[in-house]
Amino acid sequence: MHETTVLLIEVGALLLGLSLLGRLAGRFGISPIPFYLLAGLIFGHGGFVPLDASEEFFEVGSEIGVILLLAMLGLEYSADELLGNLKRSRLAGLMDALLNATPGALFALALGWGPVAAVALAGVTWVSSSGVIAKVLRDLGRLSNRETPVLLSILVIEDLAMAFYLPLLSALVIGASIAEGAIALAIAVAAVLVILYIALNHGRVVSRLFSTKDKESLLLGVLGLTMLVAGLAAEVNVSSAVGAFLVGIALSGKVAHSAVELLTPLRDLFAAIFFVFFGLSTDPAAIVPVLLPAALLAAITIVTKTLTGYLAAKRAGIGIPGRWRTGLGLTPRGEFSIVIASLAVASGVEPQLAPLATAYVLITVIVGPILTRVPDALWFKDAVRSHLAKQA
Amino acid sequence: MAVRIEKVDLPGIGFRHDVVVSNGRRISVVSHRDGSRELALFDEIDPDASTDSIALNDQEAAALADLLGNTVQLGQLSSLTNEETGLFTEHLLLGASSKYAGHPLGDTKARTRTSVSIVAISRDGAVIPSPKPDFVLESGDSIVAVGTRQGLDKLANILADG
Repeated sequence: MHETTVLLIEVGALLLGLSLLGRLAGRFGISPIPFYLLAGLIFGHGGFVPLDASEEFFEVGSEIGVILLLAMLGLEYSADELLGNLKRSRLAGLMDALLNATPGALFALALGWGPVAAVALAGVTWVSSSGVIAKVLRDLGRLSNRETPVLLSILVIEDLAMAFYLPLLSALVIGASIAEGAIALAIAVAAVLVILYIALNHGRVVSRLFSTKDKESLLLGVLGLTMLVAGLAAEVNVSSAVGAFLVGIALSGKVAHSAVELLTPLRDLFAAIFFVFFGLSTDPAAIVPVLLPAALLAAITIVTKTLTGYLAAKRAGIGIPGRWRTGLGLTPRGEFSIVIASLAVASGVEPQLAPLATAYVLITVIVGPILTRVPDALWFKDAVRSHLAKQA
Repeated sequence: MAVRIEKVDLPGIGFRHDVVVSNGRRISVVSHRDGSRELALFDEIDPDASTDSIALNDQEAAALADLLGNTVQLGQLSSLTNEETGLFTEHLLLGASSKYAGHPLGDTKARTRTSVSIVAISRDGAVIPSPKPDFVLESGDSIVAVGTRQGLDKLANILADG
């Protein structure tokens, strides 16, 4: 058979399979991300049915997937929201970073993986999944809850912190010296500040490049600009993902709103490909030996994440049940942990990082949303009530 | 007493408006970026948690706002009624047999003939405040009028018989 024909058959069959898996996940009320990862594991290197013809397609697709994930994130937040949250929730964000990045870093060092892998694993355990969490909050009808803004602002700060963390990591993984890493970080900080300044004061200028009347031209234009800036950012070692995130922030108003509508289906497609590709490039046989360490790391960082949310909500004057909802609600890790791990793995930092990160995300993304529901359970409410009664 | 409405940002989602009513209960409206909205009520024991939230589309939200707005307007009108001032508020139904059905309000010459003020017309659940003389009446309209006892009785007769 012709190469292209095989590619069509492989990609088509896989997408069809993912669609069915996604429906299954929806029925159980869980995120489709673990299913996409598992699908990748099954079909990848050392998996049951290796896909050869389409591997290149998945590689390019996954790169676009990361870019779109970050660009959409930037589009969803306005510059005002980012700065406002930075002012209000600095402390919570700092506490979040300390409590959740440290276990990852120490864990990597304890395994003898070296400092670069430690920085990568710190990121994996630090960042919660804004995609999964936003969906769970919606499903549980918690958007109107009083603790929800506390929870969301922690997610916003984490996402903003990625704009500084990812360039640093990309510089480190290519074996750059500390000076080169510092330069990459300085470029990233300058770029973020410039973009935020432009978005705040001249947001319309960038958006004027596009017209919301012509959907087709808008789609091509926003996608083009995002990929162009992502590529240029990667060229100066500032990570393509961060470039895409900044484009998202720079666009505002009507253009941003229409762009979200147009790019969402593309994001869903390419993000699925990204997760599958990460699974594809991970050897399922390598997961088994790291399963226990991953479970241990997941247990530790679920506790630290819960503590982060609990304390942040307490500071915001939220009652005890709301504090638990915030803490447990933050526990799922997802797309970012995989983005970070893939960045490190692509540069061959530590071969065991990919299977560990896969297992870690699989555990937290499944267990997290279940834990999130715990505060709604009757026995939990009773326990809180009797605890309060005892105190009184 | 002024009602305090608080606005809270929900980054990436939209914003939330809270109204805390006099008995301490809270009602919130979550406005999503895409224009959809939710009305939420809160638990009495755990005031941070919503017990239920109801998604409303544009028309439903508008209908609910109208409904609440109307009862407020009518409620304020009836509070005008006062035995001491001798002023009363009445809802007079315009019957199908009335000769003013299909005619402008001005034709009734209500003010000159009865000294009664027509302050609003209620039609199909909607309230039209301060109708102008060229406002065309329809059978089934409820005419909200403020005036003396005698004036209101006279207006009722005029609307019924002409």
